[in-house]
Amino acid sequence: MKIENIINEIENVDPEIYQRLDGRRSAMKNFTKFSGKIALASLPIAFGSMLNKAYGSPTGTTDAITDVLNFALTLEYIESEFYKKGYDAGVAGTLAIPAGAPIGAIKTIRDHENAHVAFLKTAITSLGGTPVAFTAASFDFTAKGTFPTVFTDYALFLAVAQTFEDTGVRAYKGQAGNLISNNDILTAALNIHSVEARHASHIRQMRKANGGLVPAGVDVKPWITLNQSGIGSSAVQASYDGEEVITQAGVNIVNIGGFTISPSAASECFDEPLTKEQVVAIVTPFFA
Amino acid sequence: MPTKNSSDRELVALAEVDIKNLSRRNFLGYLGGASALLLTAAACKKDNNPISNNGTNLGSGDVGVLNYAYTLEQIEAAFYTKVFESPYSGITASESALLGDIRDHEVAHREFFKAALAAGAIPALELDFSSINFSSRDSVLGTAKAFEDLGVSAYNGAGKLLVSADYLLLAGKIVSVEARHAAYIRDLIMPGTFADGLDANSLDISRSPSEVFAIAGTYIKTKLNISNLPTS
Repeated sequence: MKIENIINEIENVDPEIYQRLDGRRSAMKNFTKFSGKIALASLPIAFGSMLNKAYGSPTGTTDAITDVLNFALTLEYIESEFYKKGYDAGVAGTLAIPAGAPIGAIKTIRDHENAHVAFLKTAITSLGGTPVAFTAASFDFTAKGTFPTVFTDYALFLAVAQTFEDTGVRAYKGQAGNLISNNDILTAALNIHSVEARHASHIRQMRKANGGLVPAGVDVKPWITLNQSGIGSSAVQASYDGEEVITQAGVNIVNIGGFTISPSAASECFDEPLTKEQVVAIVTPFFA
Repeated sequence: MPTKNSSDRELVALAEVDIKNLSRRNFLGYLGGASALLLTAAACKKDNNPISNNGTNLGSGDVGVLNYAYTLEQIEAAFYTKVFESPYSGITASESALLGDIRDHEVAHREFFKAALAAGAIPALELDFSSINFSSRDSVLGTAKAFEDLGVSAYNGAGKLLVSADYLLLAGKIVSVEARHAAYIRDLIMPGTFADGLDANSLDISRSPSEVFAIAGTYIKTKLNISNLPTS
């Protein structure tokens, strides 16, 4: 039984066989994973199923992937427009972002989010999808009046920024599994995901330096402790609920292996995902 | 001690299955074997490279990738443990507290992989930190930055190597914490550099295992065989 020879034969006739199978690695891996669970006699049937996947519904997977990318693009638009408006208000002097490193950091993050918007638009188009489109007028960053001074109160601006970044990290994380069939797109999404985490870390340090809207006795760290937002507003809590997890894959992280690991540290060392539905509920108030 | 439940047993069971799959991977040997050998040969030309086909075998499939992550977490955990035991001169209370947090996170990651891999885990590695001056802030933070950025790029590059969506999610849960560490350490060295080093699209970079070991090799004494790791 030389399945790889059969595939090589098909490759001679159809050089795009591996693209149809979402790339060589996933095709062969899915096949070997699959075949490991069935009797050798059934291999031809399994092989047939694999080809059905390749040729039966070639657009299904691509549609699912562009859906995820449009979801990501929507979040990047929110962040991009938020930082554009915040930076402009800072330059205009209506939002008191300190000169030097703080305004520089907001500009840096704005530029990253702009670049992510452009990158995702290109990626979606290259997959044959249609990118969603938003403008500044699409958003209401007061969240229907919940944060009325978001562009005049620096502490509030940073608090909303932190919430967007931490939410973005959780949102990308929640979608990674839906991109597993496309190596390039998955890797790109992971490479954006970690940039959002870098932003979150920095914004959190800016909040610690500023000290505004930080509840008494709370130390804002670059990482998320339990389900604490570190923000004196219950309006952002949905972005932090679920972060308090201290077991992973059934393994209790507290004092694992006999090392002193507090519940706080156990929760900090793993960031948790959010579902698309949870993220949509969180960001919906920010649409005009 | 960690509490183990059914999910943990599933991890262990999966580990055993994948190790048995070594032969199946040989059956499909043209896929990864030849190219991995070429990569290994190329990598071995560099100094201090720990990669050797006679070394500790990280394994194949998802278990191999998890052992790869376990390798990196062993380095980070040992490094920060030493940083915390012998703090650099001039360390501030805030730095000490947050570097202590990072040590706890990395130790927890290391112990998590050890527990999750169970019988499939590689042994503890012999490490070499002789190139680091632990009394120097510059040396310690420079090394920390290199480890954290390397960890981020390694996890980002490892995502596509995983078959299981569950393991992909676990890797995702860890990599964003490594990125938070990286940004913090970078800002300690030079404020505002939290995300320097991105590509032209403002994306983080990803690295393959051989690229990662070519850099991390300086700190690893144990010889490692990565020839069975998936390559795509």
